Amino acid sequence: MSFTLDQRLAAPLADPAGEAGYDAHPPRMGFFTDTSVCIGCKACEVACKEWNLVPEDGLDLTGMSYDNSTGLGASTWRHVAFVEQTTPNPNAVDLGMPSVPQGAVEDDREVRWLMASDVCKHCTHAACLDVCPTGSLFRTEFGTVVVQEDICNGCGYCVPACPYGVIDIRPEDGRAWKCTLCYDRLGAGQEPACAKACPTDSIQYGELDELRERAAQRVDALHEAGVGQARLYGHDPDDGVGGDGAFFLLLDEPEVYGLPPDPVVTTRDLPAMWKRAAVTAAGVVAAVAAAFLGGGR
Amino acid sequence: MSHQDYAPARRDARPPRRRSAEEPAVPPAEFRSYYGRPVLKAPTWKVPDIPAYLFSGGLAGASAVLAELAAATGRPALARTARLGAAGGALAGVGLLIHDLHRPSRFLNMLRMVKVTSPLSVGTWILSPFSALTTAAAASELTGIAPVLGRAAGVGAAALGGPMTTYTAVLITNTAVPAWHDAHREMPVVFGGSAVSAAGGLGLLGAPVRENLPAARLGAAGAAVELAAGALMERRLGEIGDKYRTGHAGRWMRAARALSAAGAVGGLAGRRHRGVAAASGLALLAGSLATRFGVFMAGKASAADPRDTVAPQRARLDGGSR
Repeated sequence: MSFTLDQRLAAPLADPAGEAGYDAHPPRMGFFTDTSVCIGCKACEVACKEWNLVPEDGLDLTGMSYDNSTGLGASTWRHVAFVEQTTPNPNAVDLGMPSVPQGAVEDDREVRWLMASDVCKHCTHAACLDVCPTGSLFRTEFGTVVVQEDICNGCGYCVPACPYGVIDIRPEDGRAWKCTLCYDRLGAGQEPACAKACPTDSIQYGELDELRERAAQRVDALHEAGVGQARLYGHDPDDGVGGDGAFFLLLDEPEVYGLPPDPVVTTRDLPAMWKRAAVTAAGVVAAVAAAFLGGGR
Repeated sequence: MSHQDYAPARRDARPPRRRSAEEPAVPPAEFRSYYGRPVLKAPTWKVPDIPAYLFSGGLAGASAVLAELAAATGRPALARTARLGAAGGALAGVGLLIHDLHRPSRFLNMLRMVKVTSPLSVGTWILSPFSALTTAAAASELTGIAPVLGRAAGVGAAALGGPMTTYTAVLITNTAVPAWHDAHREMPVVFGGSAVSAAGGLGLLGAPVRENLPAARLGAAGAAVELAAGALMERRLGEIGDKYRTGHAGRWMRAARALSAAGAVGGLAGRRHRGVAAASGLALLAGSLATRFGVFMAGKASAADPRDTVAPQRARLDGGSR
C-alpha cells in the first residue's frame, strides 16, 4: 500500500497503522467519551493511576470547582474537568412580580455542571510522533500512539508540538509520558483501565469505526431530546489532525473544557517550512559570497 | 463542607492582560477558556541552553562559509577567526543540546534514526558532521598539521553551513506554539540574517583592519535582514505579534534592534579603526544573541496564553475556513 506525502502529513488517512508499516494489523481502536453522562466521579483518573503505576501529581486545592488535577500532564493521563455555568432556567415561570436582582438569579437562572474526562487524543496525524527524533514515540498496531520509556531521552520536542497540550516531561524522571491507551491491556484483549472503571459508560472503548457510528446516533438522540448543544469533537477525519482516536461528545464549545477548537497538526506545514529554510540557506551562502565581491580592502 | 466554600463559576474566564502603550486601543477578541488555563504545554527546553544554541549554531554555520571564502581570497586572519568561530560555535552547540536533554546520558539515541518529519533529527544529522568537520578544520588551522585535509574539512563544513543557519527556524516553528508556528514563513529569514550578522560581527572582532571589509558588509547586511524580517514577522502575526513586543521577549527584541543597528552602522563606518571595529563586532554578536532569546521567550509567553491558541482557531471556525 502506498501513501502520498499529503496523506502521510495531514490529509484524511483511513489506516494510520498501515501507513506506519503494519501489513496485517487489528482494527483501529479508540475511546468515545460521552461527557453528557459523566458524573465526575474520577474513577477513570484513579484506575489509570493504579493500572499504569503513574506517580502522584501534586496534592493541590485549586479552587476550580472539584477539579484538583487541573489538566493532562506527564503524571495525569485522564483528567476530569468541572465547569460550573449559570444558564437561563427553561422552566422558570414569569409571575410578573417585581423582584430584586438576587431573587431573579435564583428564580429564572440555574447552575449547570459540565463534567468531562479528557485524555490523549491518539491523533491520526500525531505531531508528537512526527517530531520525536529518537523513535521513542511510535504508532502501535491498534493505531494508537505510545512512548517507549526505554528510548526517550527527554529532548522535549513532543511537548510544544502537541496541539492539545497533552504530553509533558516528568521533571523527577526526565522522560516524556502520556496515555498509552493501556497498550499492555489491549494486547491481552482487555479494555483500558479507565473505560473498565467508568460506572456510567461515559468512557467507551472499541473499534473506532463502530464508536463513530454510535456517537453519531447518540448526538442525534440528544438533539431529539432537546439538548441542542450536544456536539461531537475530534470525530471528523477531515479535521486538522485527521481525526482523533479518542473523541468526545461535548455540551458546549471545546474551549470551555480547555480543548483547542480547531487544532491543526504542525507537520502539515513542514514541507513549506523546509522549502523556505533551504532557499534561505542558499541565500545565506550567496550573501556571504557577495560580501567578497568587488575586491576592496 | 457547604456549597459556599467554592468560588462562583466563572462564565468568561479570561486572565488579566497587561497592555503596553504601543498596543492599539482596540478591544481584544472575545474568547472562552477553562479557568483561563493554557491549552498548550509550556516548552520544557531550558534557558539559556536552547536560545544560546540557536545563536551559536547560526554563528557557526555562517562562519564556516565565511572562513572558506576568506581563505580563498587571501585573508588568512579572517579565515582563522571564522574557522575558530565555526568550531567553537558548533562544539558549544553540541554541549548545550546534550545539556538540554532531560536524560543527557541517552544523547546517542538521537542517532537511532533519520526522520525528515523531525527537524531535531534532521538537525542532528546536520550538526554532527558539521561539528566534526569544523573541529578538524580548526585543529589543522591551529596546529598546522595536515593543511590539505584541514582545508577539505573546512570546505565540507562550509557546504553544511547554510543549512546550519536556517534549520533551527524549522525546529521551533514546527510546533503548536502560535507565536512560533504562525511565523514559519519569516523565521528562517530572521534566523539566516541573524546568523550572517553574528558571523560578520565575529570577523570584525577578530580580524585585522586590512581584512575586515567582508565582515563589515556581512554584519550590516545580516543585521538589516534580521531587523526587516523581524518587523515583518511581528506585523503579519497580528495580535499574536504582541508576544514579541511585551514582557521578557519585548525587552530582548528591543535590545536586539538597538545592538544590531548600532553594530551594523559602526562596522561599516568605523571598520578602519580597530577599536570601533571590535566594539561593532561585539554589538552585532550581542544583537544576534538577543534576537534568539527574544524569539524563544515570545514562544514561551505564547504557549502560556490560551488566547493565542483559542482566538485564531475560533475565528477560523466561525469564518468557515481552515
